[in-house]
Amino acid sequence: MRAETAARVRTILGHVMLMFGALITIFPFYWMFVMASNTTGDIFAYPPKLIPGSHLWENMNKVFDGIDFWGSMGITVVAATAVTFLVLLFDSLAAFAFAKYDFPGRRVLFWIVLATFMIPMQLALVPQFVTLAWLGWVGSLKALIIPGAANAFGIFWMRQYAQGAIADELIQASRVDGAGFFRQWWTVGLPVLRPGLAFLGIFTFFHIWNDYLWPLIVMTDPGKVTLQVAVQQLNGVYTTDQSMVIAGAFMSVIPLIGVFLIGSRHFIANLAAGAMKF
Amino acid sequence: MSFTETLRGSAGKLRGNAVKPPPDGSRPQPGWRRYWPMYAAVSPFFLLFAVFGVFPVAFSIYLSFMSWDGIGDMKSIGWENYEYLVTDPDFWQSIANTLIIWVLATVPMVFLALVIAYALHTTVRFKAFYRVAYFVPNVTSIVAMTIVLGSVFSDSSGLLNSMLRVINAGEVGWLSDPWAMKVSVAAITIWRWLGYNTIICLAGLQAISSDVYEAARVDGASNRQTFFRITIPMLRPVILFVVITSTIGGLQLFTEPQVMFPDDSGNVGGPGGEATTIVLYLYQQAFIFNRFGYGAAIGWALFILIAAFSIINWRLVAGRSEDATGTGKGKKKGKGRSRAR
Repeated sequence: MRAETAARVRTILGHVMLMFGALITIFPFYWMFVMASNTTGDIFAYPPKLIPGSHLWENMNKVFDGIDFWGSMGITVVAATAVTFLVLLFDSLAAFAFAKYDFPGRRVLFWIVLATFMIPMQLALVPQFVTLAWLGWVGSLKALIIPGAANAFGIFWMRQYAQGAIADELIQASRVDGAGFFRQWWTVGLPVLRPGLAFLGIFTFFHIWNDYLWPLIVMTDPGKVTLQVAVQQLNGVYTTDQSMVIAGAFMSVIPLIGVFLIGSRHFIANLAAGAMKF
Repeated sequence: MSFTETLRGSAGKLRGNAVKPPPDGSRPQPGWRRYWPMYAAVSPFFLLFAVFGVFPVAFSIYLSFMSWDGIGDMKSIGWENYEYLVTDPDFWQSIANTLIIWVLATVPMVFLALVIAYALHTTVRFKAFYRVAYFVPNVTSIVAMTIVLGSVFSDSSGLLNSMLRVINAGEVGWLSDPWAMKVSVAAITIWRWLGYNTIICLAGLQAISSDVYEAARVDGASNRQTFFRITIPMLRPVILFVVITSTIGGLQLFTEPQVMFPDDSGNVGGPGGEATTIVLYLYQQAFIFNRFGYGAAIGWALFILIAAFSIINWRLVAGRSEDATGTGKGKKKGKGRSRAR
């Protein structure tokens, strides 16, 4: 009886701690909404207003006046979608080859893929920019899309996934039917890899959507920037109107939270699985 | 010669069994016919890596020995960039800032991640809710949330100082005091990455076989003993992963300090540059002041730092796990090394 009570107390204490932690993590989102829906004067008054107000539309409209919100959103959506599509295409092709086919140099090539993990992207930041300048891509969407169109993480992750998910018998059967590599990739590989591709796709999309340093450097035309850079420009110019700036931040975050909440369970489980494979 | 052919040639050589040349058109070349789709499949990555990875990295070595503003002519200046680097107080300050912020963020974060993961592991209810709640900061925009948290930390009118005033605890210069600035940046990092690391630790906990716990229970081990003798040692690889990724991420910190301390004059990293991280300093030197050569040199310093820290981490955590197996292998290795010295 006593042991049972002790266990119950421990469970309750555990929940109190977890709940407290969750409140702290979620609070900034609530506070963002509070700030975005009040006037700057109200939030920074003393004591500050702690509940959502009625100025959200007004602040959002000011954002549209301050930056080309939809234009930046368009650039971000196009870049993130294009990169995601190319990453899924190139990484799944490479992963399929690495996982299921033996060809001379396979081990060495895969080792090189893994080794590229180790190089911090910032090391080559300056020469990468110079390379793009020479190609004449600075300021264009190509600069956002092409350099990230295939990545080592995706190949590694999809290869692990393919090794477990695709049965050799399936490939042998389709080979007997006369299918070549690309046909096998399309008809046998892709359908089986779909859950893995879904995760890699969302992961890549989030990554490109949220990226800041790279677009900040390569999108040199002030009127043609990604959402992250545009929101930060808003912050730099209108620091006195915090509510409006936060409304811009709010608008840039909402699509991400929406997408995440829809696929969160799947996404988190895959992320954990990916880390455990290292 | 096409790129795939180049690859095929070098790959064959590496393996020591170069693909034979085609026999005078009488038969189709079997190796080529068999293997070209695989090389085609892996070539986009290697092509992109060559253009946007290998070439820039190699070029950055060259560039780091140049003086160049990005427009005019490059001028070879030998080791001058590196000589300047080691005597540049701003560079050393950026390294110190980065390391301090990294420690302030990583140590509490790894500890909290383990505690929360353990609590989640032993909790039955609301697990899905907690996981999403802790994880959601990780997928939201860093820029947007740094702006939000930056205004919470605001010195004069921020929510945090308002709360401190309510309980008469005085005010903290979250965005102006050298130490408090670093704490603010570290706090945002923790907020953002705690959930991610918790999920990784939780996955590690769930991967430990229940047989091990069963055996410990049969042998009469207490909860505390089980936790410190089984759970923690078996989590070592996961902790290693968390620490290494946190280190690499921490050393590359850029967005948070850059967004939190906006300044048009190019004086990035807040008052006195007390929150200027290495990457922020690199950005400032290369892309605001147009010192491309110097920026490349800073990039190499960053690379060496990250490599060194990864090796140290690896040694520390991997070395200890060898000891934990009780074979004394770790000790022997240590002795061997000291003898060699």
